[in-house]
Amino acid sequence: MTVLLDLEGVAAYYGAIQALNGIDIQVMEGEIVTLIGANGAGKSTTLMTICGSPQARSGRIMYAGEDITNRPTHQIMRMGISQSPEGRRIFPRMTVLENLQMGAAFGDPAHFDADLEEVFSLFPRLKERIAQRGGTLSGGEQQMLAIGRALMSRPRLLLLDEPSLGIAPMLVRQIFAAIKEINAAKGVTILLVEQNAFHALRLAHRGYVLVNGAIQMSGTGSELLARPEIRAAYLEGGAV
Amino acid sequence: MAEIDYIAQAKESAIAALVGLALTVPIVGLRTDSSGPDGMTIDVRMLDAVLLAIGIGVGHFMVNLARGLLQQRRRAAKPAIARAANLKSVAYFLGAGALVFGLVLPGLPFADRYVMDVGTLVLTYVMLGWGLNIVVGLAGLLDLGYVAFYAVGAYSYALIASHFGWSFWVCLPLAGAFAAFFGIILGFPVLRLRGDYLAIVTLGFGEIIRVILLNWYDFTGGPDGMSRIPRPDFFGLPFARSSPDGATFHEFFGLEFSSMHRIIFLYYLIFALALLTNVFTLRIRRLPVGRAWEALREDEIACRSLGVNPTNTKLTAFAIGAMFGGFAGAFFATRQGFISPESFTFIESAVILAIVVLGGMGSQIGVVLAAILLIGGTEIFRDLAEYRMLAFGAAMVAIMVWKPRGLLSNREPTVRLGPKPGAGS
Ligand SMILES: Nc1ncnc2c1ncn2[C@@H]1O[C@H](COP(=O)(O)OP(=O)(O)O)[C@@H](O)[C@H]1O
Ligand SMILES: [Mg+2]
Repeated sequence: MTVLLDLEGVAAYYGAIQALNGIDIQVMEGEIVTLIGANGAGKSTTLMTICGSPQARSGRIMYAGEDITNRPTHQIMRMGISQSPEGRRIFPRMTVLENLQMGAAFGDPAHFDADLEEVFSLFPRLKERIAQRGGTLSGGEQQMLAIGRALMSRPRLLLLDEPSLGIAPMLVRQIFAAIKEINAAKGVTILLVEQNAFHALRLAHRGYVLVNGAIQMSGTGSELLARPEIRAAYLEGGAV
Repeated sequence: MAEIDYIAQAKESAIAALVGLALTVPIVGLRTDSSGPDGMTIDVRMLDAVLLAIGIGVGHFMVNLARGLLQQRRRAAKPAIARAANLKSVAYFLGAGALVFGLVLPGLPFADRYVMDVGTLVLTYVMLGWGLNIVVGLAGLLDLGYVAFYAVGAYSYALIASHFGWSFWVCLPLAGAFAAFFGIILGFPVLRLRGDYLAIVTLGFGEIIRVILLNWYDFTGGPDGMSRIPRPDFFGLPFARSSPDGATFHEFFGLEFSSMHRIIFLYYLIFALALLTNVFTLRIRRLPVGRAWEALREDEIACRSLGVNPTNTKLTAFAIGAMFGGFAGAFFATRQGFISPESFTFIESAVILAIVVLGGMGSQIGVVLAAILLIGGTEIFRDLAEYRMLAFGAAMVAIMVWKPRGLLSNREPTVRLGPKPGAGS
């Protein structure tokens, strides 16, 4: 297995405030890796730093053998990395179809129709709502749209930030099933940020636990699930 | 709350009147007068100031009242989705109607010289509105100095046409290119700024261009402006009674000479230029770059995470908007035959922006309605003399109360769903 994404000692700041304190994360090609941690631990910052906004102040980020630490965001996002950002950030006044077209803006138009069909087969609800404005979708549908939009650029690495946040439990199950399928059927590597540690660890091959901007623990999903301190902090009475 | 609280509103209006008083006393109440025998004296006109302040208070109260009543009515009205669908067909018929009317206007019995002049003026502002709509309405960049590009286009045309004697059809694209170039020069450093900051810098840019035109006497003629700008001809045929170098328009077509020929030609010229702006905008909205403008206006972070380069995307919007402003400027110069910096003051930018905002930010037909209302309206009410601007202001307030998001604020999707969804990526 080759390393697709490699963070070495990455530190990131918002102004003078340090949000990431030298973290190391490795994601192998074809894996689902999850990053769990409490609110404010720095999970979203980790994903945003990979995307170059904010840029890492020290350390190194390698993607597919290339150093992307100091590249501008729009370049990184055209290298086969795609993100469904925190809070989904779909375009509310645009229709579902237009949102998906934005996702494919820099891809080859020749496979637009095929990619669209794949997204619709993954999330049939989106097809039913193709002409509806993004802002009028339910939270779960918006999340499907955000993931679908990220898939339209045919990513090699998909970054997902809390896809289960604020979504009805039934839809959460659907979305996690879709994530699994994206990885298994399309071979897309996935870095999944979650507060819903139970679902995430069951789904992921490996996981990292982030506490106050530093990696505290890592291991396979089932290993971490079995650890008593994880159960105490993130599962029982924690943010399930 | 369904009930309107009159007492609270009256209090609020009283406060507005007091604030108004603080402004009217120094501005209106004290007036320097230097016509008298003993030099400059101060004329105290407190009654005027107080009356104005009371007027402000009453106006404030009425506006709030109207707004409250409208909200009550709106709550009882149809659901939003039905309204949106309605609006769409209304916009469609308005657009088709306006197009046909614009085409046949010169042939209508009442279309005398005055009507054609007003029509041409309205169309100039429709075109400027559509040009600015790309920047403000689609890309969401608040540009308060759009008149700068109008000026650059007008002066480029005047300078090139007078010095080189090239025809309108050569000078027009050059004027547009110069304006676009200025758009890039301005846009490059300032497009990192957001919202208010961008507005202030563009405002300053508009003024700088005007001041340069005013002071670079050798090049632009300074405050005297430039006159004897070549008038347009009909693809080589001049609109004149006779010409030493060949046939004129009326001779070539075997018509009786009439000064209306040129007026009507100018009308159709701006009609075509405006239509070009509109068709271009409608087309580009469906292309990735145009869609990215709109997306950028909605969510810049999401755009960056999709690989959109915000700076370049904004720059194209700015440059293309400027280019259409430049075309309109070239038309203005050839129509007037005379230009001076006075035609390119901040108030022009404000009027064009008002047209875009009143039209509904991004709505093409809304711009037409607003231009007819604001430009046509002020022309028709010219008899009101100095009360014209008052009527203008009142109309703007009324529209903002009645339709706070502009006349036609519903965004049209760029994709129509036919039998084959997803066609035309
Ligand atoms: N834009 C920002 N400006 C300043 N501080 C921020 C910003 N975004 C996040 N932070 C801070 O960085 C820390 C990590 O935040 P975040 O990465 O959003 O955590 P998580 O996603 O794990 O909840 C928090 O202390 C948060 O307050
Ligand atoms: Mg977060």
